[in-house]
Amino acid sequence: MVLLKQLPDLVEELEPSPDGTDIDREFIKFILNEFDDQALEEALVTKESSGAEVIVVALDEPEVDQVLYTALAKGADRAVKLTGVPAGTWVPTHLRAAILAPFVRELAPDLVLTGVQSAEDLDGQLASLLGGYLDLPHAAVVVGLEVKDSIARVVQELGSGRSVEEQITLPAVLGIQAASQAPRYAPISKIRQAMQAGGLEELEAPAPVDSADIAIAQVRIRRLYAPEKSTHAEMLTGDPGEVATRIAEILRSKGLVKA
Amino acid sequence: MPVGGRKQPPVVVEKPEATAVSTISGRSWELPGMWNRMFEPRVLSDYTATGFARIAGLPGGESLEWCYGCGKCVPVCPVDLVGEYGPRKIHRKVQTGMDLFSSDDLWLCTSCANCLRVCPKEVDMTKVMPAVREAAIGDGMVPAELQDVFEKTFRNGNCLGENPRRRNAWTRAAGVPVRVLPTDPGAVDVLFYVEDYWSYHPRGQQAAQCFARILAALDVDFAILGPEEKTLGDSQRVAGEKGLFEALMEDVAATLDKYEFKRIVTPDPHGFNALKKVYPKYGHNYEVSHYTQFLAPLVDKIPFRSEVRHRVTFHDPCYLGRHNGEYDAPRTILDAIPGIELVEMGRCRENGYCCGGGGGGMWLDGFTANHTSERLSERRVREAAETGADVLAVCCPYEVSRFEDAAKSTGNDQLRVMDIVELVDMAMGGTGAV
Amino acid sequence: MGEENVMSDDILVIAEHDGSNVVDVTFEMLSAARELAKDSGGKVLAAMAGGAALAGSLGAFDRVYLIDDPAVSNYSPEAFEKAFTHVVRDVDPGLVLTSTSTMGLDLAGGLSVAWPAPLVSYVVGLGREGDDVVATSQIYGGKLLAEVVVDSPHAICALIAGSFSGQPSPEAGSPDVETVSLEGIGPSRTSALAVHEPDSGGVDITAADILVSVGRGIGSKENLEIIEELAEALGAPLAASRPVTDQGWLSKPHQVGKSGKKVKPRAYLAFGISGAPEHLEGMRDSELIIACNTDPDAPIFDVAHYGTTVDLFDLVPELTECIQA
Repeated sequence: MVLLKQLPDLVEELEPSPDGTDIDREFIKFILNEFDDQALEEALVTKESSGAEVIVVALDEPEVDQVLYTALAKGADRAVKLTGVPAGTWVPTHLRAAILAPFVRELAPDLVLTGVQSAEDLDGQLASLLGGYLDLPHAAVVVGLEVKDSIARVVQELGSGRSVEEQITLPAVLGIQAASQAPRYAPISKIRQAMQAGGLEELEAPAPVDSADIAIAQVRIRRLYAPEKSTHAEMLTGDPGEVATRIAEILRSKGLVKA
Repeated sequence: MPVGGRKQPPVVVEKPEATAVSTISGRSWELPGMWNRMFEPRVLSDYTATGFARIAGLPGGESLEWCYGCGKCVPVCPVDLVGEYGPRKIHRKVQTGMDLFSSDDLWLCTSCANCLRVCPKEVDMTKVMPAVREAAIGDGMVPAELQDVFEKTFRNGNCLGENPRRRNAWTRAAGVPVRVLPTDPGAVDVLFYVEDYWSYHPRGQQAAQCFARILAALDVDFAILGPEEKTLGDSQRVAGEKGLFEALMEDVAATLDKYEFKRIVTPDPHGFNALKKVYPKYGHNYEVSHYTQFLAPLVDKIPFRSEVRHRVTFHDPCYLGRHNGEYDAPRTILDAIPGIELVEMGRCRENGYCCGGGGGGMWLDGFTANHTSERLSERRVREAAETGADVLAVCCPYEVSRFEDAAKSTGNDQLRVMDIVELVDMAMGGTGAV
Repeated sequence: MGEENVMSDDILVIAEHDGSNVVDVTFEMLSAARELAKDSGGKVLAAMAGGAALAGSLGAFDRVYLIDDPAVSNYSPEAFEKAFTHVVRDVDPGLVLTSTSTMGLDLAGGLSVAWPAPLVSYVVGLGREGDDVVATSQIYGGKLLAEVVVDSPHAICALIAGSFSGQPSPEAGSPDVETVSLEGIGPSRTSALAVHEPDSGGVDITAADILVSVGRGIGSKENLEIIEELAEALGAPLAASRPVTDQGWLSKPHQVGKSGKKVKPRAYLAFGISGAPEHLEGMRDSELIIACNTDPDAPIFDVAHYGTTVDLFDLVPELTECIQA
């Protein structure tokens, strides 16, 4: 099972909403969280090597249908959209995990993959929160995965180039950092075929896990603002030749260019 | 290095000596290898046709095997001039076992159609390549640069991945009002289909603003689709994403159905080609003209105020010229601009050289660079500079940025690259005149 | 606010080590915690799993809870989470500080559910207003800051390394260490097999005077050629941001940032790197930073000394020529 999430396209200007506690979502483009795309790819690679069934799951978020159909076109077996969730606003990751937990428990997949993090994870990351609610083993920053029988061999990056390899008895929840290959391309004709076939399952989202209420209510965004750019680079302008000459001068003045 | 870049010398196969026996007298002669070639099968027949089977089975892929090897297409191929390519060479490689579906060669064709112009057998690479590319993409083989553009186009309706809501941002600095149909519906004479680069690229936006001022000066009743516009997707189609093209076409046709207009005018020869030649095949018919075709009959009415004292050379866009036979409209406009001296490049009109941007080349810059000695645009800019012109005039939105980059990288900074509408606007007095 | 909502003044820092050293972020958390506890007089405590030999360098903490058990001799997310949850419940601090490292990402969510306590991630600023913790978080890839109020007797904050100052203090003396046993926390479904130390693959980007670094803006592996030419002209090794190594365009030892190497060259030239917080963490201390990115609002320009929005494909060949001249 792969959990997918839509994020505001960070290429866009993000502006706080008038009340200053969320971003202005009206004119924003939403795209799939890039780490979730990696998680999907890793799931498809696992399917190809071990014959698993891949189910993609997302909450009802802007432009999510296209993402789910794209996943089907890439080779996912089922796509589920959970409806009846808060719309047009920031969904705390605790709430997301609390909604998904009963659903995951009911379907009881062997393995749950999702992106290691998203740029909206103000209150924590999905993999470990979901692992917590379901009392399942979990691991973040996963860069290697091999599944055999009911055992997953997982490589986690620890930072500074170190990594740890471990063995996890499934079921488990993994936060994927990078798949073993770049996310594949789904030809649009296949996506359109999937859309025409209409294989998207819409299910009412289950009631969130009760115990999540407290943790969600106790975190309140008081103010959202763009960072003050206290220091900013001195911008070099002109045509490429002029800029290149300036940079070369700067490097020479520091004695960093030989001869 | 020869003019054409990285050329490979021909492979000469020396034949061993042989003995020829007369069937009449029974005498025999020792023949040197040079003579022996006449008696042994030519290397050319040492192949099987199996390589063509899959290609010929694709709709549009049939004609590659019609090639009889005359080689006329090679010297006119713009890619061969800076690399090792040419349709006949592709044909030969497929004959001798190359898998075109997985070959880098598949992505080098710019669909300029100059080969088709000279081909006695009508081998049509502008159909063969899209068909094979479509199959390759279906097999998951697509250059990363192109994949990125396909995904952006599907998601955002434009190849640049820009926010559709900012489609009409350029109108703010146009200096004249520009009607946006979704907010101001109602019948209109001319639907100005802006397309991606004029909508979003800074240099394209300047051209769009010039064109709006020209239309206003001519009292043309025009409007744009603004946020509802999506690319017509012709280059995505030729780059092999037919499904994407069809998805875009459905959306575009549905949008166009909502509004009442007489004709479409677009600055993009690729979009023009789609509306004129491809949309009708799917039952969508519009009266469409390239902006040069729209303006050419009106040149006498354009209120020119000052002379533009420039020596100008003009680059024919492949999709306006060879693909759609229009060579005169841009020249009519240039001739009408007071002060301009038009000089032609050696390769012009039917034999115009390709800028490298067609057929997906616009989005394969890094990929193509590894197979060519210089960019096609650089080659073309050097030809333009050789005419002594100080302005290279263009009328395809792909070309301004391509040629401006090329002018810099080839050291031809004196050469300004301008869209024809920018020259017209300049002669009309620019923003100062409105 | 009821009596039960009053937060304890004690702060527990989850210390991190790599087997041979305590990781710097531990001391950043220490100084952030000290600052917070200054007025309240709360204690600043540390909890560490494994690494008993390193406990001595934690003398600046008021007390160290050392989990010394075979289950935590190698990193395992499950064992560490159980161990720290056990300590947290036992010590019952008001606030737990961890980082957004792999260990922090693994721990924070599970602890938040198990303890239970609200969690704030990506924290770059921390303060108190009455009984509330006020944290500032960097979200949307560093584009926005969120000021978050936590109204709870317990809270967890995951700090971004490099956001707080803090150094090891060797003179602090030997700490008060309490060793914690893990009896009865149950069997683990996760078992560590091996820890892989960095494979330098022949390059050492941490030792270079000058680094030429490339990011997503390069577009494809093929395009690296122009960057390689510049690097060669400068006699500099190539470095890269995460997307470039994830795509396999350059190998892992070239990567700068949170999950790669931390570098501090005399000059860092960044091409096509927008400057995600994880990348900035690895290079912001460079003596001179020159950045090239077509987006004038790219966060890299906030740490760079010089910047330009000229297209890298135009700039790099010119620059190579200037250097060779």
